[in-house]
Amino acid sequence: MTNYILRRLGYSLISLLLLSLTIFLFVRVTGDPSTLLVEPGASAADIEAIRQRFGLDQPIWVQYASFLTSLVTGDFGNSFYYRTPVLELYLERLPNSLLLAAAAMAFSLLIGIPSGILAAVRLGGFWDRAGKVFALLGLSLPSFWVGLVLILVFSVSLGWLPSSGSGTVWHLLMPAFALGWYFAAAHMRLTRSSMLEVLGSEYIKLARLKGLPESLVIAKHAFKNALIPVLTLAGINLVIMINVAVVVETVFAWPGIGRLLYEGITFRDFPVVQAVVLLGGAMIVVVNLLIDILYAVIDPRIRLEK
Amino acid sequence: MAIGTEAIPLAPRVSLRLGAFPVLPTLILCSIALIAVFAELLAPHNPELGALGMRFRPPAWSAGGSADHLLGTDHLGRDVLSRLIFGARVSMVVGFTAVIVAGAVGTLLGIVSGYLGGWVDQVIMRLTDTWLALPALTFAIFLTAIVGPSEMNIIIILGLVYWTRYARVIRGEVLSLKEREFVRLAVVAGCSKWTIMRRHILPNVVNSAIVLGTLMLGVVIVTEAALSFLGVGVPPPKPAWGLMLADGKKGLMVGYWWLTVFPGACIMLMVLSANLLGDWLRVKLDPQLSQL
Repeated sequence: MTNYILRRLGYSLISLLLLSLTIFLFVRVTGDPSTLLVEPGASAADIEAIRQRFGLDQPIWVQYASFLTSLVTGDFGNSFYYRTPVLELYLERLPNSLLLAAAAMAFSLLIGIPSGILAAVRLGGFWDRAGKVFALLGLSLPSFWVGLVLILVFSVSLGWLPSSGSGTVWHLLMPAFALGWYFAAAHMRLTRSSMLEVLGSEYIKLARLKGLPESLVIAKHAFKNALIPVLTLAGINLVIMINVAVVVETVFAWPGIGRLLYEGITFRDFPVVQAVVLLGGAMIVVVNLLIDILYAVIDPRIRLEK
Repeated sequence: MAIGTEAIPLAPRVSLRLGAFPVLPTLILCSIALIAVFAELLAPHNPELGALGMRFRPPAWSAGGSADHLLGTDHLGRDVLSRLIFGARVSMVVGFTAVIVAGAVGTLLGIVSGYLGGWVDQVIMRLTDTWLALPALTFAIFLTAIVGPSEMNIIIILGLVYWTRYARVIRGEVLSLKEREFVRLAVVAGCSKWTIMRRHILPNVVNSAIVLGTLMLGVVIVTEAALSFLGVGVPPPKPAWGLMLADGKKGLMVGYWWLTVFPGACIMLMVLSANLLGDWLRVKLDPQLSQL
């Protein structure tokens, strides 16, 4: 067990290192990094000062070492636009992103799991076909377009919901739906296939042979076991939601990390853009690690394998 | 998890549903391709030139619309229909080229990684895992922030972001292929590693690469639209559908719906068709990929 966790931890550390190296190299090989790291329109003296500060005249591995050191100490540089440390800005926006992601996740699970179960239980029936259409649309419609159409219908035409901003539950509804549909589709598909797999297993046959009512078989025996892969996916998706929300947050002016990234692009605020991509990648690596460890705790087959 | 799965008669049902060739999606994709090719002949107006006197005209069938601008005009008085027609070209060119770039890089690295194994495999797979962890859209935005937006850069960036999807799957296939008789015989016959990879492995993974490519087409088109929507994709005044949606935001709150609905519907049609075709190809060409 300890060995397994240590090995996983090692892999994750390598991934984090490679992640920082990737970002670092992309900034350096594509031209003069000082043009990205100084504010647009900076004077020659300012550029020189930045060169000194980031040690851009040093050999590349020295530069990487100092880049890595500052990352480890949480120093992602200062935002050109807000004039504050990027990490502070990021942490300030994170709760909003989490709130939106949690709402979108709640929506996607509330829709995805029941409809997935219905589709599996009534295979080929009306709900199965309706679910297929719902999933196909969810996977094909760009979330930002869904958001724009929602604004057209519910804000402009009907005047029921606020088109942008945050603060109340009403502000949350449309962005959560626009962001959550895609994931509802993914969760539905996985619930369906996972239920189908479980329903075909021996212990379900046994439960049926014992004469248990079908509702009990599905609710108690099948559902619980089918849920494990869905919840795993949901865990990863929660982090992915935070990081793909940029377009939805832009459409609804939702003050989360995606919006911060958008501001970073518009104001040519490179440290912000760099920090968002780095922290996003790091988040996903860490969540993957946690899920692997959790699985090892639950399932002895995983932790004992070589 | 695989215990007893054989009890469910899943396979015949799936092939029944998807067995029929998806005529409509193929027709839609082909028409979009034709529209893209013959945009100059089809478009009634210049897509990049507007008349400020003709701003925000609604579609022809609404009050105030004119037959001259069937789908209305935008905030600069440019014809929406003509922009949609030329936008098809941008989506087609960027979508297909990016999928091919990503597919070529990913397939190559997947084959090399799977066949050579050892440290080469380790390096490529670590890199693949790491890049897969980077959120695709955020990573693409970061790259455009470095190199600046242009159609060419977007293609390269999307290729860089999405090759990992191919590399993973192709490597897995190569791992099982290289244990097969015909590959072992080729080794015994004295073929070099490169010959085996090129002549014996590559033709056997092409199907998977095509299936993946079709499924990736939708993803790539949506990503391109999102980048253009955020202002880091295809630079204006070029008519890209994502860019049209961004422009459409200017008239959204006053109810100029045609600027939002039409470009989005085009993206939806194209992505939906690509996904349906991809699903069908997946079942037909490569049942092994059905869990994707």
